[in-house]
Amino acid sequence: MYSYKSAIAGAVAAALAAACATTSEETRTPITGPALGRAATAQEIAAWDISIPPSGAGLPAGSGTPTQGEAVYVAQCQACHGEKAAGKPADALVGGIGSLGTAAQIMTVGSFWPYATTLFDYTRRAMPTTKPQSLTNDQVYAVTAYILFLNGIIPENAEMNAQTLPQVRMPNRDGFIDRSGVPR
Amino acid sequence: MGRKIQSPRAPQALPPSGQSSDGLPAKIDRRGFLARGAGIAGAAAAGIAPQAAAQDATAVPPWMQTMGTPMRGYGNPSKFEEKVLRVAASGYAKVTPGAGASRTPLQALEGTITPSGLHFERHHNGVPTIDPAQHRLMIHGLVKKPLVFTVESLERYPMTSRICFVECAGNSGPNTVNPKPPQATAQAIHGLVSCSEWTGVPLALLLNEAGVEAGADWLLAEGADAAAMGRSVPLAKGLDDAMLALYQNGERLRPEQGYPVRLLLPGWEGNMNVKWLRRIKVTRGPTHTKDETSKYSDMVPGGKALQFTFAMGVKSVITRPSFGGKLAGPGFHEVSGIAWSGAGRIRRVDVTLDGGATWKEAVLQGPILSRSLTRFRLPWDWNGGQAVIASRAVDEKGSVQPTRAAWLAEMAQPARYHNHSIQAWEVAADGSIANVFI
Repeated sequence: MYSYKSAIAGAVAAALAAACATTSEETRTPITGPALGRAATAQEIAAWDISIPPSGAGLPAGSGTPTQGEAVYVAQCQACHGEKAAGKPADALVGGIGSLGTAAQIMTVGSFWPYATTLFDYTRRAMPTTKPQSLTNDQVYAVTAYILFLNGIIPENAEMNAQTLPQVRMPNRDGFIDRSGVPR
Repeated sequence: MGRKIQSPRAPQALPPSGQSSDGLPAKIDRRGFLARGAGIAGAAAAGIAPQAAAQDATAVPPWMQTMGTPMRGYGNPSKFEEKVLRVAASGYAKVTPGAGASRTPLQALEGTITPSGLHFERHHNGVPTIDPAQHRLMIHGLVKKPLVFTVESLERYPMTSRICFVECAGNSGPNTVNPKPPQATAQAIHGLVSCSEWTGVPLALLLNEAGVEAGADWLLAEGADAAAMGRSVPLAKGLDDAMLALYQNGERLRPEQGYPVRLLLPGWEGNMNVKWLRRIKVTRGPTHTKDETSKYSDMVPGGKALQFTFAMGVKSVITRPSFGGKLAGPGFHEVSGIAWSGAGRIRRVDVTLDGGATWKEAVLQGPILSRSLTRFRLPWDWNGGQAVIASRAVDEKGSVQPTRAAWLAEMAQPARYHNHSIQAWEVAADGSIANVFI
């Protein structure tokens, strides 16, 4: 079971020295380890992969409207985020659109968040904090729609689903300066 | 640097600025921080002479006349150090008690390694209790072979150790948001930085086993906590010095630090060092999670926000003498502090003893390691007069720690994250110490 050692021990040692040195500018040799991971199944990946990028890739089936979302919000969210998402004790989710860069700046989902997909992603993975990952996909779509509606970003009858949500253009979509250094 | 000093000789209450945008209270609980931070340990660390010396130095001390306590399975600090504690604060205490932070008592510590139990905490929905036998790590996305690892299998990989700091991007918030210098300890202001020896598996090993597809340029790292905390990381960092840390200071990770496995990204903002790591998805482009858009971004004048500020800025703070301590009298005192940079090694630390009029180069204590805390020291013969002391670090790239005013000038107000500006302390003639802005 340790045959990998004799085969690649030298390479591993050399590459480790490179990969783990305290400077980050050195060139790295591609290396492999002892290969102790097992193949992930498609079902496992589907069950685990809950992150949603701006493209909407990976959004699940299901849908919801602001009207449906209001009931979800009142039952699941209002105790912390206040009536109509005005905030207190937790963050306000509504308001401040156009206020960025002014003395009266208010940073909310509506005024600051660049992508609607992030609202779906975060709500599904982390909300409500007392019982995260307990909402159905329909409920997450609906409450996402309700927050977007309260911010005046979508109309009251707009259905959010895997096709429509990524098309929502948030007011602060272009409000960020990428400092990552990764080429676009 | 001029000598314009904003001095609050009398400690004042902090303005009721409420909680900052990442859920950490911007104001400071004086009772909590001051009473606990400046207790016995604070006094000792600040170089104060014991008030009551042993009455009779000729007597055999009682602990030499009785048998000591026996061995024990896991040691604790002396009971006389029981006040050296993290101090916790949560902006969401009423609704999500586990969302908040606790800070390292910097003024009570020496050297560069933070005891594991005093490493700062920042959680988004508490500390999960994870059975390592059931925990799994998945690597998938733009890879040729999606893989699942058990913790047991990770333990069988070639490992490496390195010493590096972890600092929350919201560190030093009290100096950021308060217009007047908050009268608080180094812990309360700067205690969201800690330093450990971390041991684990180079992430590059596992990524290479999975086989990264052409075109991939980012990762999404996700935790197994109740917030499923996720952050995007450039693939280049994952293939460079990123580590799947299993051990901290020689023992398995503490639950608060991500047991059984965390992502370690040396020098990069704490939030990205995802704890309780369960999933790495190789992606094209960043995922734009909540914690890399609405949080941990910095508004600049004009209404736009800097996103993806990763490496923590060059920084230092004098930990003794510092607020909460009191100099016993004129004469020798050592100025001691910590310096660090997310860009590499500390090259130099200058210390002023006169409010910035003149600077002296401090002694850097080795080893001076990249992206690690470095201890600096300067002997000081205090003449008993009012003095303002401060430190200014320079890293190997030549970056210089800015003044608070210079740093704030680059940010829209209220500024939020990445404050790495100079900390000054004013020593009064009676030896007491205040926080001042210079």
